[in-house]
Amino acid sequence: MSTSVSKCFTLITGRTPEQGKGLHVGKDSDVYREATAAVMMGEGDMAHLGVKEGQIVRVRTAAGQVEVPVRAESLPEGLLFMPMGPMANVLIGTGTEGTGMPHFKGLEAEVEAA
Amino acid sequence: MTRTQESNVFENVVCSFCGCLCDDLAVEVDGGRITRVRRACANGRGLFTHYDPSPRRPRVNGREVDWDEAVAEAARILSASDSPLIYGLSSTATEAQRKAVELADRLGAMIDTTSSVCHGPTGLAMQAVGEPTCTLGEVRNRADLLVFWGCNPAVSHIRHFSRYSVTPKGMLTPNGRRDRTLVVVDVRPTGSTKMADLFLQVKPGSDFEVLTALRALVGGKELDAEAVGGVPLSQLRDLAERMKTCRFGVAFMGMGLTQTGGRDLNVSELFTLVAELNAHTRFTVIPMRGHGNVAGADQVVTWQSGYPFAVSYSRGYPRYGPGEFSAVDVLARGEADAALIVASDPVAHFPKAAAQQLERIPVIALDPMPSLTTEVAQVVFPTACYGVDAAGTAYRMDGVPIRLRPVLPSVRPTDEKVLGDISALVQPGMVM
Repeated sequence: MSTSVSKCFTLITGRTPEQGKGLHVGKDSDVYREATAAVMMGEGDMAHLGVKEGQIVRVRTAAGQVEVPVRAESLPEGLLFMPMGPMANVLIGTGTEGTGMPHFKGLEAEVEAA
Repeated sequence: MTRTQESNVFENVVCSFCGCLCDDLAVEVDGGRITRVRRACANGRGLFTHYDPSPRRPRVNGREVDWDEAVAEAARILSASDSPLIYGLSSTATEAQRKAVELADRLGAMIDTTSSVCHGPTGLAMQAVGEPTCTLGEVRNRADLLVFWGCNPAVSHIRHFSRYSVTPKGMLTPNGRRDRTLVVVDVRPTGSTKMADLFLQVKPGSDFEVLTALRALVGGKELDAEAVGGVPLSQLRDLAERMKTCRFGVAFMGMGLTQTGGRDLNVSELFTLVAELNAHTRFTVIPMRGHGNVAGADQVVTWQSGYPFAVSYSRGYPRYGPGEFSAVDVLARGEADAALIVASDPVAHFPKAAAQQLERIPVIALDPMPSLTTEVAQVVFPTACYGVDAAGTAYRMDGVPIRLRPVLPSVRPTDEKVLGDISALVQPGMVM
């Protein structure tokens, strides 16, 4: 039986300075891959999950799941942030509610240590 | 743009990376390469210094070929397609965008721009309630209250604050920053909120409620609540009063409104609030457009087809259908059997299930730089980069067209040239 702690979050995705830098260096570069393969959360949530900076966590939404390192950031409790890019896109569904716009922000997500 | 012959320094160069289109860069060129860029932000500097202008041959199925052969193969794919999709257009010039719409018309194709995953909902809101707007010049010279809602210019539009909105000294804002109040509304602290005089932290997904509460307060109604969407009522009252009593207010809005639940309805509520504020003072709104010419893509597709994005020519005349002809929906439903991607990277930026469809159908990609989309494309055209080694026109986020002039010799064909050549060769409905 798993003893890992999981928690439900609201996930938003967006730009970061590192992701912007990676765009220019090249999307086949380690700079871009590392910049877009991470999830940010508040230190209180990290403590609740028992995970440390850089530890691999599993992030799951209705669309899919990824395993990425966690980074501490100044975020409100229950909010996750992922840089836009191929990893975050695994978690984004294709529904657009008749607008053309997928749900890139405000997704329900579950996180646990991988 | 001016050029100092002796040192090969180009002054007043326009940066085409983001919708700010800053036109005050100095770019130094030596031996056909850019050696120094001044006054640019990190994103703009990256655009100029990481671009390799060397002439490159197109690729067909991974094999380098002549331009004519690649054009012929692209025309063959598109002619044989029953339901082609043309997508992207935000980082190319208006001249190329016109050719793309012309090609969509000839092919009976669907055409969509990156607006659909950016400010498409803003376009829907504008169509629903109107958009009281102004230019960035007016902001610089007149605005004394700035409200940034759901956007983080400190990362996405790095020079916006210093060049256009917060710190510049203008005609009626001679003391720059001291003459302006900066309000930032977001769900989390960011680099932009740190610079704000007032930060309203809303609960994720609560923007519509907060905007509705502000409309009520501006309209003189009392609210029976201690907080709305996580924002204390006292803070909302304070902001409503500031909005009504400022001399010239501007709301800037971003993906925090368009990509979250409610989408265009959030934006409509903000636009309506701004319109209603004009009963009290002068108030305007400017969407923070992302890519360098995504505003131009809206303009060109609108003036050519009547609609800003998500257009289908499959019946021989343009039909508008966000959710129906928008690229993510079309790909997710498997409704396109070929795709022409111009100056954008949907494989990197679409939900995975939509992006994967681009690995199952023939893809033609035009891009100055390698991308995840050029990696999966059957036909790749390494075209020139507008504003670096090609001339063209781009629209700033406030709808002002700006001429992009090259600082490097034009060696590679432009998107306009390649799209025109493909258009001349296609024979819709023919199996070539």
